[in-house]
Amino acid sequence: MIPFLIELLKIAFLLQLIFAFASLCTWFERKASALIQNRVGANRAGVYLKSDNFFLKPFIPVLKFLGILGVVNTLFCDAVKAIFKEDFVPSHTSRFLHTLAPFASVVPIFMAFAVIPFAPDFVIGTHLIRPQVAQISVGILFVFAMTALAVYGVMLAGWSSDNKFSLLGALRASAQMISYEIAMGTIFVTMILSYATLDLYKMVELQIDGVWGVVNQPLSFLLLFIVGMAETKRGPFDLPESESELVAGYFTEYSGMKFLLFWLGEFAEIALFSMILTILFLGGWHLPGVSFATNSLLGTIVGHFVLVLKTAFLCLVQITLRWTLPRFRYDQLMRVGWNVVLPISLVNLFLTAVVKVFF
Amino acid sequence: MIDSLNQKQKLLDFDYGAGGIETTMRSRALNDDLHTETMVVSIGPSHPATHGTVRIVAELSGEKIIDADIEVGYLHRGFEKMCETVNYNQVMPYTDRLNYVSPLINNFGWCLTIEKLFGVEVPKRCQYIRVIMSEISRITDHLTCLGASAMELGAMTVMLYMMEAREYLWELIEEVTGARLTVSYGRVGGLNGDLTPDFAEKTREAFKKVRRLVADSDKLLSRNRIFMDRMCDVGKISREKAIAYSLSGPVLRSTGVAYDVRKAYPYSSYQDFEFIVPVGSKGDNYDRFLVRMIEIEESIKIVEQALTNLPDGPISLSDPRIVIEDKREVYGSIDGMINHFELVIRGPEPPIGSTYFQVEGGNGELGFYVVSDGSGKPYRAFVRAPAFIHMGAFREMILGHSLSDIIPTFGMINMIGGECDR
Repeated sequence: MIPFLIELLKIAFLLQLIFAFASLCTWFERKASALIQNRVGANRAGVYLKSDNFFLKPFIPVLKFLGILGVVNTLFCDAVKAIFKEDFVPSHTSRFLHTLAPFASVVPIFMAFAVIPFAPDFVIGTHLIRPQVAQISVGILFVFAMTALAVYGVMLAGWSSDNKFSLLGALRASAQMISYEIAMGTIFVTMILSYATLDLYKMVELQIDGVWGVVNQPLSFLLLFIVGMAETKRGPFDLPESESELVAGYFTEYSGMKFLLFWLGEFAEIALFSMILTILFLGGWHLPGVSFATNSLLGTIVGHFVLVLKTAFLCLVQITLRWTLPRFRYDQLMRVGWNVVLPISLVNLFLTAVVKVFF
Repeated sequence: MIDSLNQKQKLLDFDYGAGGIETTMRSRALNDDLHTETMVVSIGPSHPATHGTVRIVAELSGEKIIDADIEVGYLHRGFEKMCETVNYNQVMPYTDRLNYVSPLINNFGWCLTIEKLFGVEVPKRCQYIRVIMSEISRITDHLTCLGASAMELGAMTVMLYMMEAREYLWELIEEVTGARLTVSYGRVGGLNGDLTPDFAEKTREAFKKVRRLVADSDKLLSRNRIFMDRMCDVGKISREKAIAYSLSGPVLRSTGVAYDVRKAYPYSSYQDFEFIVPVGSKGDNYDRFLVRMIEIEESIKIVEQALTNLPDGPISLSDPRIVIEDKREVYGSIDGMINHFELVIRGPEPPIGSTYFQVEGGNGELGFYVVSDGSGKPYRAFVRAPAFIHMGAFREMILGHSLSDIIPTFGMINMIGGECDR
């Protein structure tokens, strides 16, 4: 019974982690872009709250402060707005497929999180708890498989919308995601070679004992960062949804919660890639110079926050890039994918293999 | 019965081009090994890319444009016909709404045309103020064009930097004219009012900020590899073609033709100022971008020269047939009273004849052709709007490029709906 409860708690914790990161990315998107562009950004929601209720009163100043920071807007207003909007489905399309599409693009991303270890082990009573929902030995391959599945949601959305712009956006997105997945796979293989394991938890442990992955494999880090941005269809790679050409790309015909689900999936994917980068290259929960007793609760809590901070930093870097660079054209993106990223990652893989065998 | 059937068949057989039937997919090359069909997408009139109201019906093979049909006229308000119903000074608010990102140039273009009809020249101070205000408007025009194009290529930040710079300039315009967009500042034979006393100081302050913001945008874009890849060799047009299409302004200058109305046919004392006319070499979007970037700096220099050498004197003609006299005259003398009455009721009455006058607008040669029958209202007026003429060459610029290339090309032409559709 207790192991089952522990599993449930882990799943609940992971889910809140995903939602927290999605909200954090939205907040970054609002306020970081505002900072970059000399704007103020969202600062109105929650500021004008008034209540004489005994229980609510203490929270009003807190809410006002959060409102000025734009947090209230991100946490509450978006969801409320999306829920109360009309759920629009175009006529003469399959309502089932149209509704399935946002789920098909969100669920695989959420599932990929299952193999991510988000803190070091700890012991409560007699139970050794590993903060990882699915302890499978091929963790990194599972991530790869799940992110590859996300393309189906995009394809379905473009196809079931009965809109030419959606279709073009979906075509672009699927071509882009599939092209960059090849490079991503190559980089993953390089990292598997480098660590000689497929288990993400062991990879972090190896980095804690040795050096961070970014020291060993700086090129892989850079490549995976680029590929991750292309895979999440953001930053300079956001041409499937380029608002000036394709209105909104594959989710042109979506509104309300379905639209929000696409965004949730996108931000969750940013968080996923940032987390994978942290775990593969930035030492996971490793804080250099600080060590805790093995399997201590304190070590777990600190480790978790270290991981979260590193991930948040990478998210912020991605969002900063997105607000700095213009976007590619479709053929240029393909050229970058096939002529630049893939050959470099193949050479990198070859060199890693040579080093592994001979040195 | 048979006749009407034949007529219908004729209508069906007629090839409307891509614009005729937009929902069907035209099959092409049925004998090809791999049978493919092209797709027709209708971009606009209401689409994020078409910031004027224009409709581009593009036939796509994959993402490549193999045919395109450009439809303008969605913003037609009958400017030219409206001009015939009001007197020459009352046309001023209509000209504000031609190219609404640089309304002052339109004002002065109209004024200069009517002054040419009268055969008069305004005082030197008025000419200098017109130069100052025109050049500030030109900067706002270029900032709008570059910022909007950058935004459409995904560089939202640059757009907001440029909008901030434009805001400083619009504050200057508001200071002098009292309005940001619908300025109506020009008058036949003069101006609505003089510059404010601390205008020169405020302009220098504003230019400092504008220069900083333009430099920031320049750093973000001009040598940015992604931006250059998007702009270079896109929307190309040859020098001969550009002249044949009678293009003008930055679009023409990007092809290497150094034609600028301010240099070729100086008006409003433009011969007094030193400035260079930047020219490109390839005639692609990147050249247009650079030409506009350099012109911003040149315009700032012109304004600075004009402010340093600004002569004293009246800002309007002292001809009571053209310009309303001082209020003291109007209330104090019978002649002044009658002149005021005549001007307000009948308007300034130029001699019978017709004339054409061109000024350098933000996007090219802005010309007015006016026919006068001796009354206070134009008998006929025509606007040579650069955007309208540029849209004629637009199809040629985008053919063979990809769908994404419509965006920077359209942005760099800077089609303004109000001017194009009149």
